[in-house]
Amino acid sequence: MRYNEKELLCLSKQPAEKAAELTMKGPKRNDAAKCRLVKLVVNFLFYFRIDEEEPVGALLLEQCRIQKEEDTGFSLVFVDEPERKYSFVCDSKDECEEWIEALTKASYEYMRNSLIFYRHEIEKITGKDPLEQYGISEETRFQTRSQRL
Amino acid sequence: MKLNERSVAYYATCDSPTDKTGYLHKKGERNTAYHRRWFVLKGNLFFYFEEKDSKDPIGVIILEGCTVELCESSEDYAFAIKFDSAKSRTYKMAAESQREMESWVKALSRASFDYMRIVVKELEKQLEEMQQNRSSSRKTQKKSLLRKQPNYPHSTPLISHNFSVSYKIPVKENGYVPWNTIQDQTIDSELNGKAHSVNDNNDISKCVLDHPPERPLHTQRLPPPLPPRRRSATGGVTSAVGGLMLAQDDNAPTGVFSFTRLHEWFGRDIIQVRRQWQENKFGSIDQSQPDQIV
Repeated sequence: MRYNEKELLCLSKQPAEKAAELTMKGPKRNDAAKCRLVKLVVNFLFYFRIDEEEPVGALLLEQCRIQKEEDTGFSLVFVDEPERKYSFVCDSKDECEEWIEALTKASYEYMRNSLIFYRHEIEKITGKDPLEQYGISEETRFQTRSQRL
Repeated sequence: MKLNERSVAYYATCDSPTDKTGYLHKKGERNTAYHRRWFVLKGNLFFYFEEKDSKDPIGVIILEGCTVELCESSEDYAFAIKFDSAKSRTYKMAAESQREMESWVKALSRASFDYMRIVVKELEKQLEEMQQNRSSSRKTQKKSLLRKQPNYPHSTPLISHNFSVSYKIPVKENGYVPWNTIQDQTIDSELNGKAHSVNDNNDISKCVLDHPPERPLHTQRLPPPLPPRRRSATGGVTSAVGGLMLAQDDNAPTGVFSFTRLHEWFGRDIIQVRRQWQENKFGSIDQSQPDQIV
């Protein structure tokens, strides 16, 4: 599948929501655990060799599940390939919890759901759709599932 | 640079919401011919397929950092997707009508993650302001409705719940606003341990944010309970977060909620369905790990 790699590289250099050096292990059984600079930018998780400018790889954080692993670790699994697990180890439990939370909320779909939620709640209080003032209330991306059908 | 391409392709065709689909003509990279492709816009990803019923996308354009503008072209209804950096390629596209062109330009220019984030933050702020306004006009609370709870000097009376105290209420991007309801009706149900049928003109909307989100964890409230979920006639769950028309559910706590808990609550059914699917597909799975839906 083709993708605009240059733009993705550019994105990897943008300010990150979260970045840290973590121990990372790839999804294949023989992959060794390596120290990587892990950087969260929008709904992509980039991982770099320490002090390298370009990332080794990028993971799109949609349709994935983040699970706590023992101690200070967490894993990332994609819904379509549940047997392939990306494992990460943090320095502390707190750091681990922060990453789990950040990654769980990093997907576009999560944001979409948040928005629909807030929109609905505001409408219940005020009786008005808060998006109307911006002229975007009809946009598909802001519709609830039932409205899309 | 590696990319989890298989999962990205899966995202293109899975049943998550699509923002716009349709045929567009895309100018080839090397030659000047335009090819008719089926496009699917999902979030900040713009997928293209050979045909509408193709199984896998030919490619994807990641839309972060792009601008969309009309452009000169041999084709009618042409527009271009441009990126900031000098080395970037410009994607020239052509729609099949004026209306389609305008619709696509609008959809694509608002497709970025940042745009969504700005709108979410704005609504979050609005909601928070509404809560604070309500809080300042609801100073008196019924103390008799209080159960045992920690002594927070700043707090107005609250409903205590069976949530662990260590539950964090973060204030981060895409965070949520913790609420509290002081509705009598809800409180009565809570105290009597009854399930509470919540409907549109109900208590959940009468919420109070009585502390600013920046408070350190130890002074924060326990998260309030979640509204019951709606079950369809067949027993399935309607999952739209926006669909807060709620039905009876004996296990569901009532009253106020935070978005994250709501998300977890709604996700439970989905987690269950996925587990069943996994069990059917892969045999028994590891039940000991909690999983989270994103």
